[in-house]
Amino acid sequence: MTRHDTLMEGCRVLDLAEDGCCLAGKILGDMGADVIKIEPPGGSPTRNKGPFHKDIPDPERSLFWFATNLHKRGITLNLETAEGRAIFKRLVEASDIVIEGFAPGYMEGLGLGYRDLERVNPGVVMTSITPFGQSGPYAHYKGSDIVGVAMGGMQRLFGDPDRAPVRISQPEFFLFGGLHGALGSLMAFYHREMSGEGQHVDVSCQQGIVLALMITSEIWDILHINYRGRAIEMMSIRPPDAPPLRLPLVWPCKDGYVLFMIGGGELGAARSSKNMVELANEHGYALELTDYDWIGSWDTRTMDQEQFDRVMNPIAEFMLTQTKMELFEAAARPDKEFRLAPMNTVKDVLEFPQFLHRGFFVQVEHPELGETLTYPGFPIKMWGPGQEPVAPYRVQRRAPLLGEHNSEVYEKRLGMSPEELVLLKNHGVI
Amino acid sequence: MTEQSSIPKAPTRQIFEGLKVCDFTWVGVGPQIGRELAEHGATVIRFESHRRPDSLRYAFPYRDFIPGVDRSAFGMAYNTQKFSLSVDLSMPRGIEIAKRAIMWADVVGESFAAGSMKKLGLDYDTVVQWNPDIIYYSTCQMGQYGPHSTYGAYGMFGVAIGGFSQVTGYQDQPPNLLFNNHSDFIAPFYIITSVVAALLYRKRTGKGMYIDAGQAECGATFLSPSILDYLANGRIAERTGNRDPYHAPCGAFPCRGLDRWISIEVTSDEEWRAFCAAVGHPEWRDDPRFATLPARKQNEDELEALIADWTGDYTDYQVMAMMQEAGVPAGVVQTCEDLFADPQLKERQHYRFLEHKVIGTMAFNAPAYQLSKTPNYIWKSAPCLGEDNEYVFKDVLGYSDDDIADLLIDGTITTEADVGEFKSLL
Repeated sequence: MTRHDTLMEGCRVLDLAEDGCCLAGKILGDMGADVIKIEPPGGSPTRNKGPFHKDIPDPERSLFWFATNLHKRGITLNLETAEGRAIFKRLVEASDIVIEGFAPGYMEGLGLGYRDLERVNPGVVMTSITPFGQSGPYAHYKGSDIVGVAMGGMQRLFGDPDRAPVRISQPEFFLFGGLHGALGSLMAFYHREMSGEGQHVDVSCQQGIVLALMITSEIWDILHINYRGRAIEMMSIRPPDAPPLRLPLVWPCKDGYVLFMIGGGELGAARSSKNMVELANEHGYALELTDYDWIGSWDTRTMDQEQFDRVMNPIAEFMLTQTKMELFEAAARPDKEFRLAPMNTVKDVLEFPQFLHRGFFVQVEHPELGETLTYPGFPIKMWGPGQEPVAPYRVQRRAPLLGEHNSEVYEKRLGMSPEELVLLKNHGVI
Repeated sequence: MTEQSSIPKAPTRQIFEGLKVCDFTWVGVGPQIGRELAEHGATVIRFESHRRPDSLRYAFPYRDFIPGVDRSAFGMAYNTQKFSLSVDLSMPRGIEIAKRAIMWADVVGESFAAGSMKKLGLDYDTVVQWNPDIIYYSTCQMGQYGPHSTYGAYGMFGVAIGGFSQVTGYQDQPPNLLFNNHSDFIAPFYIITSVVAALLYRKRTGKGMYIDAGQAECGATFLSPSILDYLANGRIAERTGNRDPYHAPCGAFPCRGLDRWISIEVTSDEEWRAFCAAVGHPEWRDDPRFATLPARKQNEDELEALIADWTGDYTDYQVMAMMQEAGVPAGVVQTCEDLFADPQLKERQHYRFLEHKVIGTMAFNAPAYQLSKTPNYIWKSAPCLGEDNEYVFKDVLGYSDDDIADLLIDGTITTEADVGEFKSLL
C-alpha cells in the first residue's frame, strides 16, 4: 500500500454523524485521517437528503451525501443489537476519534457513552454534535436547518423588514456543527497526542451559528440595538437622535447584481470610492463626483438620505452599463481597488478565475454513475521552504456505497472470517 | 501593564500550555485563529501599532457611540487572552523586534493583503531561515497567489463571490446582503483546524510549514451540494425564501408582539401528524390538500396562511414549547437580545463577561465545543492597544529597561494614535 504524506496520517476516526454534521469527518479526511462511516443496516438517513444525481431519489445518488462523506470508507452496523455493540467496542479499541450526533443520552442508553468507551480505550476522543449541546433546557429540542439558524440568531440578520426574516436557502446549521466538530475533535486529539488522555467533546450547532453573527451580539451588548435584516440594505447603527439612513449595498448591473460599498470619512473607504468614480468617469459617468471630498464631506453618522442618494445615484447608473465581471476585474486591479464583488451564482463560482487558478476544484470519479464529478477541494494549501509541497491534499475515495467496506474493515481490521460476516448479516447486525 | 505574577493558573491543564504564537493578524478572520490558541493556553503576542491600527478598532459598535482605538467592541471581540504589543513595523528596529519574537515563537500568523509581509521582510521564505520549523499561516480573501490574490475585502464580498448572497432572500428580491460576513466565520475554523494538524505533523516529522488559506474558498465549501447539483442536474441554486424543496411546512410564522416570528420545519410524515394535532387541526392530516408532502408543496401558500393564523394567537416561545413538546422542530427567530437571555446559551456559558478597561463589562463568545477534561480557561479581556508592552518586552522577549526606553524615545514602540478623527466605516 502506498503511504501518503498527510497531515493526519495514522489518525483513525469512526463517524456516526448525520446530515451536515458529516462534515466533521469529511474535514478530518481532507487532512488525511482514515475515516470509517458507520451506518445502520438500512442505510444512513443522510442518503435520503437531496439534491440527487440526475434528480433520481436513490440512496446511492444523494449529492449531499457525496459532498459530506468524501474520503470515508463505509460499513454497516446495528448498534441496537448486543453483537453490534460488541463489534463497535472492538472498533473503538483501535480508533482515535469517534464522532456521533444522536440525541443526548442515546449512546449512554446503549452502553456506548463516553464513560463506556473510555473504559475500552482510555485515549479515545468522543465528539458529540447536537443541535443545542448535551445538557441544558433545550438539549432535547429537535433541530432542523431553519429552526437552528433561527435559534442561533442568524435568520434575524437576513430578509426584508416588512416580511419574515429569511434563512440562507441552502443548508447551514448542521454544517456549522460539523465544522466546529472537526475543530473540537482535533483540539482534543492534539491533547491526547501530547498527554495520552482522551476526553469527551460536546458540540452545540447553535453556538456555531452564534459565533457567525459577526458583531451583532456585541451591538446588542454595548449599545442595546437589535440588528434586523433589511434585504439589500445595511441597517445604520447611529445614535438614537439621528434619523434612520437607508444604506443599500446590492446593486443591479448589466447581467446580474454586484455588492458595492460606497464610503468615505477614512482613508481606505475614501480611496475605494475615488477609484470607483475614476472608472465611472472614464466611461463618461459620475462626472459630478470627480472632485468630491470623500474624507471631508462623507460622514454616515450625520448624513441624511438625500445626501447619500445624490452621491450614490450616478455610480448606480454607471454600474448598470457594466457586467459583474467587468466591474470586478476593475475593482481587483492593484492600486485601483474599490469595494465591489460580483454576486456569483454556483455556475459563476465554478468559473471564477481565481478559484480555477488555485486548483480549488477536484475531480472525483464515480464509476457506478459512469461519471466524474467536480467537487470543491480543501480550501487550505500547505508548503515548506522553497515551496516544497507538504502533505498535499488528495481525495482518498468518493463517498462510500452502503456497506461497501464491510469485508475490508471487518476482515482486515477485526480479523473476522467471511462466514462470520454472513452470520452477522443474517442476524441483522451488519 | 501586566505583571507575570498576575497571570493566573488555570484550574485544569490547558491543551496549548507552552505554545508560543506571534500574531500579526488584523481585521476579522486572522485574529480568531490566535484567539482559539490563546483561549486554550498558548501565549499569544499580538503585534499592533498606533500608526496603523487594526481597522476593526475603528469600526462600530463603540461604547456610547464614541469612536476610539480602545472603544470598539469589534476591535476586541476576537482578541481575548492575547498580549498586545504596539510596535511600528515600518521602522528598522520594529523589524528587529518582530524577528526576535518570531525566533521565540512556534507559530506565526498574518492576515494582510497578499504580498504585504514580503514588503516588510517578514514573509515565510525569510523567517524560515531564522526559525526553520516554524508554522506560519497566512489568510486573506483570495489566497496568496492567483490573478486576484491582492483583492482585499470584507467577508460580505467574499460571500458574494463564494455564492452565498445569490441564495439568500425571497424569490422576488435581489440577492440579500450577508451583513454577518458569513465566510469570516467559516474560514477561521478551517484554518485553526489546519494549524493544530500542522502542530501534530511537526511533532511527527520535525517539519514546519506554510499555510495559505483563501477565505472565499473556505466559505464556498459549504455550498458543495448545490455546486454538485449544478454539475449533475444543470440546476442553478436560487433564492427560495424560507422554503425547503424537501420539507413542508418550512418557514417563519408571525407571533404575538412586534416583529416576532417562529420558525417551524416539518421533516417527516410523523412530524406532520404531530403538527396537525398540536395546532388543533387533526383533520389537516388527511385533508387531500395537505396529506402528502407533494400536496403540501403544491398548496404551500394556503398552508402557510393557515399556520400564520394559528401562530398569531401565541407568543413565539409558547409556540416553540408546544411544537417541541409534540416532537416538531420549531425555534424562535431570536434577536440578539433574546440570545443573551437564552437559557440554553446561559447553561453553556456561551457569553462570557469580562471587564474591559475602557468599554467596561463586555460579552465574549465561547467556542462551540466543550472539552470535558481540559475546558478552556480565560481570564484576560481583549487588550487595549499596547497594553502588554512591558510584560512582553521584559518577560517574554528579554529586553532591558534601557532598551525599552530607547525604543520609546525613537518611536519604535508607539504610544499614541495619530490617525485623525474617525468618521464612519461605510
